[in-house]
Amino acid sequence: MIIRIMGEGQYRAPEALCDELNQIDNRIVDLVNEGKVEEFRSELARLISQIKERGEPIKAEEILESDIIVPPEDLSFEEAKNVFKGSGIFED
Amino acid sequence: MGLFKRMETVFKSKMNTVLNRMEDPRETLDYSYERQLEMLQNVKRGVAEVTSSKKRLELQRVKLIQNIDKLEKQAKDAIAVGREDLARLALERKAALAQQVEEIDREIVELEKQQEKLIASEKRLSTKVEIFRTRKESIKAQYSAAEAQVKVNESVTGISEEMADVGLALERAENKTEEMKARAEAIDELMEAGTLEDLTGGKDKIDRELAKISAQSNVESELARLKAEAGKGPEKTKTEEEGTEERKEV
Repeated sequence: MIIRIMGEGQYRAPEALCDELNQIDNRIVDLVNEGKVEEFRSELARLISQIKERGEPIKAEEILESDIIVPPEDLSFEEAKNVFKGSGIFED
Repeated sequence: MGLFKRMETVFKSKMNTVLNRMEDPRETLDYSYERQLEMLQNVKRGVAEVTSSKKRLELQRVKLIQNIDKLEKQAKDAIAVGREDLARLALERKAALAQQVEEIDREIVELEKQQEKLIASEKRLSTKVEIFRTRKESIKAQYSAAEAQVKVNESVTGISEEMADVGLALERAENKTEEMKARAEAIDELMEAGTLEDLTGGKDKIDRELAKISAQSNVESELARLKAEAGKGPEKTKTEEEGTEERKEV
């Protein structure tokens, strides 16, 4: 899967990593629903750092469309309500 | 509309207009390439704007520090002439300025982050634009086959996403620098007028009260320190003056 972190470029993520990311994604949806701002912040940061640490950065020379677009870390809680709803950004 | 949805909508709709408008796929490629060059120019301008905004804050910081030093000296002078009320006023202003310095420091860090991100985005996009240019020429050369259309769509879609991403990063940076400009102007005005009340405008009442209390206790402790210093002050000045006179005579 090709994942774009907005403002930071694209990463290639193996299937196993995507499963884990999907779990974090679902947790974020719950946190946003429950209005837990602090925990939402740390989980979003974790989602992004996991992609960066375990994904393979895609070279600037490659021009590819992303399968998934992850919002930036400074996403506001209001914006998050529009992004992390239903099954989140990873399809279940 | 949320930031994230907007990104999707923006680039998808733009891409569709581009793809549908042109009858000849070669035109699509050229049109897209022109847009990319424009975007690159905009990003460069954005980086310059963030940089100058940061510079302005740094200059302002220097000015604030100078004012703080000046107020400190004024407070000392006031104590020396026994005007505790004036010293208090100067120290209160000093405390307010010190708070501004702290906030400016935080904002400088934030702008630095934004600057780094934008520079990285600019590099990514400029590499992609160069690749796109080469690919565009090769697609145009082999154009005739139906697969050219597919290749055009692929290339344009991939780079449109990058452009939408860069565009939104740019928009965020611009909003931030606008905010900074307004803030910097407000501080300038306040420094000129010499009044520094209500600077904590953005905070809630309790925060304001707390800040006031801590500023107040700082003022008290500084007053005590200055008083202690002033106790020894006059004699020392006297001997120094005598010393100068002696030297002059020689």
